[in-house]
Amino acid sequence: MAHQEHDLTIFRGLIRFKTITHKIWGVLLLLSIVTAIEVALGIYKPDVLMTYFLNMKILNWIFIMLTIVKAYYITWDFMHMRDETKSLRRVVVWTFIFLVCYLVWILIQEAGYIFDIDSVDYIKRDF
Amino acid sequence: MSSAVSVSSNENTWGGGNKPMNASYGKLMMWFFLVSDGLTFSGFIAAYGFARFKFLDSWPIADEVFTHVPFLHGQELPMIYVAFMTFVLIMSSVTMVLAVDAGHQMKQSKVAFYMFLTIIGGGIFVGSQAWEWATFIKGDYGAVKTKGGNILQFVDSHSHHRVALHDFAHKHHSDRVQHQETNGLWFYDEGTLPPYTIEEVIEGMEASPSLLIRTQILDENGHKTVLSREESLNVLKTHGKSIVTGANLYENEYGVPLFADFFFFITGFHGFHVFSGVVLNLIIFFNVILGTYERRGHYEMVEKVGLYWHFVDLVWVFVFTFFYLV
Repeated sequence: MAHQEHDLTIFRGLIRFKTITHKIWGVLLLLSIVTAIEVALGIYKPDVLMTYFLNMKILNWIFIMLTIVKAYYITWDFMHMRDETKSLRRVVVWTFIFLVCYLVWILIQEAGYIFDIDSVDYIKRDF
Repeated sequence: MSSAVSVSSNENTWGGGNKPMNASYGKLMMWFFLVSDGLTFSGFIAAYGFARFKFLDSWPIADEVFTHVPFLHGQELPMIYVAFMTFVLIMSSVTMVLAVDAGHQMKQSKVAFYMFLTIIGGGIFVGSQAWEWATFIKGDYGAVKTKGGNILQFVDSHSHHRVALHDFAHKHHSDRVQHQETNGLWFYDEGTLPPYTIEEVIEGMEASPSLLIRTQILDENGHKTVLSREESLNVLKTHGKSIVTGANLYENEYGVPLFADFFFFITGFHGFHVFSGVVLNLIIFFNVILGTYERRGHYEMVEKVGLYWHFVDLVWVFVFTFFYLV
């Protein structure tokens, strides 16, 4: 336990920290910056990003991507996934991603169907 | 000879103490639990997505709902408080990793100190969430519900800002009292009576010419539709049925009831995770102080409870995105 090796690099080795403590504060800084960007975008909502791409606003795509970036650094550095074996990483991450992709796809797909059905004339909600 | 060798290797394989994927039993099981718990949350959030896409043209706008910050009463500050909550939770995650790291170095007092900070962070977060719930349940402007279950909000014709019911409704004396179990059938009672009746609101609306009605339907720019004065009065008189203030599981003044249902359910389930995380952290904290892990020779328990704590943070990152940002 005491001599566990830590991978002290992030951004594929672009930034190398001296100690594990430095890395933790570095990742905190990164997460804070990403959150600050999200909050700023959420408050100002630039018009450029309000156009639609694949049925969703570009702004929302950016939010989801930034969230996944944050999730990556929380899992990899705070939960020490970076230091686990490749097999453990894959067992946890790919299982999860595969099931979530399916779940999201089937539910959003069906919600779109119900939205279309509801907008057919004979279903009346406007009263 | 060869049989003896295979017997002993069998004992090594099945006798316990093996570490598949280089992770101890406890850590591996924690990861498996987190995957399944993560899928539970994904199910909830995907269901929220379902509800949202189903009501794509009438979903409430989160920025108009969660605008409150403690001690800054009456100011519209969307995102600020929830950003603060997010930061508190990320910060408590940091102190948790620092505790895990101090555990690797076998520094008992440092582990205890960082665990303590983590617990404080968790406490602040749960408290903030309770406040957020209370504000949401109380509501701020009030609205009218139609016979079809749609929400009609009142706005000023110039600024298009929402106007509270108590600013214009004409309050009459009423003999209507809340029906309670004690003065009727024991199995039948009713909730708190709304502050006004629909007639009082209609009267108030007629007397204030600057008021318009805003429906829950979104236009192509993502704003709620505001009706003209004639349409407003017409809709209110023909469709208006009851008064809604704040939010509960049946109705809320912001629009689609599912909005509040999912808010209560998902943030509630997450808040319960934070609460149980704080309880687990407290138990481990006392164990650290008592020297349990010092005697055991390693602080792996701190690492395991840390995994759970980071997971709670991880879930919040997604809840934050899907409830407040998107």
